[in-house]
Amino acid sequence: MKFKIYPALLTIFFIIIFFVFYKGLQNSNIYTPSADLKKNIPSFKAKIFLTNEKISSEQIFHSDKFYLVNIWASWCVPCRDEHIFLMNLSTQKNIKIIGINYKDNNEKAKIYLNELNNPYDKILFDENGTLAIEWGAYGVPESFLIHNNQIIKKIIGPINENSLLEIKKLTE
Amino acid sequence: MASLIGFYSLIFGLCVSFLIIFFSIKNFKNSHIFDKKIISFTFLQFFLVIVSFLGLILSFVHSDFSNQTVFNHSHTTKPLFYKISGTWGNHEGSLLLWLLVLTLFIFLFLLKSKNQSKKYRILTLLFQQIIIIGFFIFVIKTSNPFNYIFPVPKEGLGLNPILQDPALAIHPPILYLGYVGTSIIFSSTLAATSLNYISKEWAKHIKQWILISWIFLTLGILLGSIWAYYELGWGGFWFWDPVENVSLMPWLALTSLLHCILVLEKRLVLTSWVVVLSISTFTLSMCGTFLVRSGILNSVHTFANDPERGLFILIFLFCLVFLSLFIFFFFHKTQNKDSNSFFWLSKETSILINNWFMIYFLSVVLIGTTYPIFLEVISSEKISVGPPFYNKLIIPFLIPFLLAMAIGPKLNWIKSDLKKKFYLILFLIISLLLSVIIIKSLNINFLVNTILVTSAFYLFFITLRDFFIKGFKNLSQNLTHFGFSLLILSILFNNIFSTEIITNLKIGETFKTDKYKIIFENIEQKDEQNFKAIIGKFNIENSDGKTEILKPELRIYNQPTIVTSEADIKTNFLVDKFITMNLVQNQDYFNIRYQIKPFMLWIWFSVLLISFGGLISLFKKKYEV
Repeated sequence: MKFKIYPALLTIFFIIIFFVFYKGLQNSNIYTPSADLKKNIPSFKAKIFLTNEKISSEQIFHSDKFYLVNIWASWCVPCRDEHIFLMNLSTQKNIKIIGINYKDNNEKAKIYLNELNNPYDKILFDENGTLAIEWGAYGVPESFLIHNNQIIKKIIGPINENSLLEIKKLTE
Repeated sequence: MASLIGFYSLIFGLCVSFLIIFFSIKNFKNSHIFDKKIISFTFLQFFLVIVSFLGLILSFVHSDFSNQTVFNHSHTTKPLFYKISGTWGNHEGSLLLWLLVLTLFIFLFLLKSKNQSKKYRILTLLFQQIIIIGFFIFVIKTSNPFNYIFPVPKEGLGLNPILQDPALAIHPPILYLGYVGTSIIFSSTLAATSLNYISKEWAKHIKQWILISWIFLTLGILLGSIWAYYELGWGGFWFWDPVENVSLMPWLALTSLLHCILVLEKRLVLTSWVVVLSISTFTLSMCGTFLVRSGILNSVHTFANDPERGLFILIFLFCLVFLSLFIFFFFHKTQNKDSNSFFWLSKETSILINNWFMIYFLSVVLIGTTYPIFLEVISSEKISVGPPFYNKLIIPFLIPFLLAMAIGPKLNWIKSDLKKKFYLILFLIISLLLSVIIIKSLNINFLVNTILVTSAFYLFFITLRDFFIKGFKNLSQNLTHFGFSLLILSILFNNIFSTEIITNLKIGETFKTDKYKIIFENIEQKDEQNFKAIIGKFNIENSDGKTEILKPELRIYNQPTIVTSEADIKTNFLVDKFITMNLVQNQDYFNIRYQIKPFMLWIWFSVLLISFGGLISLFKKKYEV
């Protein structure tokens, strides 16, 4: 049989297209928003939980340390799930956990902490949710890892084993 | 229960396929007359798919949440109409609709093709069955609409509110009739090629199927566009979204196929064109399904992404591509060379020109849609191709295209001259003058816009003249071309004359320009069955003292909780007034968008005219063009 050039070329062409599409399928096209990373932390003033003293962000964050800002509430069920990981982190010396108590009731929050222990170095009281907005939070719970006054990692939803490991790696 | 019946009739439907193939092959080899049994089996298969489809509809109507598809896409508080339309508003159900149309069309094809040769009919059926089996397996294996969940949930997740719209409820079935209709063209062309059956009679017979698909595809695209305009609230009607492109590509291929088949019917030339275009039309439809359903592209049509599904369609698609390549290269007999060389000034040449333009538009859309995938695979760079790309590459080429479209039908077959065609030049001058007058007073790019409007006016006047001179002769062609010129004119004027105001207003505030005043009077709340509505009342006062009240809405749907913005649109013959409002986070301001868009109604109307022209051609007995 005579060798035909066009069919051969077209076949090769379509095979290439097939593989490009095939590879394309493997690529995930879920875009992770990277805009919020490496952003300076907002500067704010907030009340300290229970004592109602005012404190500014400059007094809380020092540039050479790692901080984990964690937004939580006693009414938030997934917060209970991540609490054990927060307790685990609180034993580490090189990281301080700052809690933001979001739209909560003082008494209930106190009971919550008594029941599950307190992993927080400081707790800020965000009565009407404005602080969480300044941080650009999507919901509760949410956590921000901070170093040199910059957000280096953002965890939306409860912290789990994987994110705990990641935090530990980043703070080493 | 309904789900169970639906599932089993789907399985039986697949089994019938094998019966059909068995009997067809037997019939193909042995006897001279077409076996009636085959038609009965084809009907049985169609019937089983209908039962399956009705089963799914019933599950939706009864809100049977033990069915996973129903659970994912329905809710008890949804109005009945949207419960039913929810059946095909999701991946699984819409594939069942594909299957339904596939089996319906082959059944109708067998009924309608009694005058054709037995071998051709059977071979077409066999090719169609390959497609049908592929889709049966695809549905049953990767997208079963009847998956059972236990424990049975009390409540469903609800249908995405932006899909709860009348235009969108009928958009998928109409579009699919067009989309899937191309499968018949594909199968019969492959059959005709392998049997060397392509003739003037065949062209006449297949032209009907091309017209049917083309009409439905046109209407389907129109409905999708209308939906986007009224529901998405961006004030546009075409966004060059991948899914829109995917429906446009088969349309372009189908349109040039339609023109080729007319030439084939008359002169038995351009057969290669017809074969290639038939194959590419269906392949492009399939390719569209792949691009949309695999989640390889991001678009407004959010179907659940599942790589397994994508892989299946991809492999299936390329099997079909290679099958058709094989048939095309090894069975297709090219005609002798003389009949393919045309005199430069003839109808054939103008149709060839039309084809090349169509292919060019098609390539632009195809490249724009798939290039991001290629780039990402090769260099892992993400880009998005937007309207500027398409506008820059397509709009300039519309000018010669429109001119050719005006002059082409005036030429004779085989050989033509321009004697006694003085009016062609006269009309060109008139159009040019008219456009200069219109464009001159405006502050836009003079040259491009004038030439563009001139060529659109040119086609407009030439076709308008034909209505008076020729009357009902050639009505279908003239009507579609007229509709197309009207479409381009409406789009152009819509673009040129649209104005827009975006502002933030509080209740009671007024926004003033030299032409009109927008007064935000009040808002009220309303509870509906499945959403809460916040309705704003706006008073628009024109400079001549006339006032109009517009009431855009914000809807807060309960299941799933999504806020949508419903535009309020006052449409009249010449102009649309379009207002939307949106909440500004944490403030008492509302973001108000007020647009004046002229000729919107004419865009819809002209597309209707275009498809109506096709309809006339379908019912016409005599050959025209």
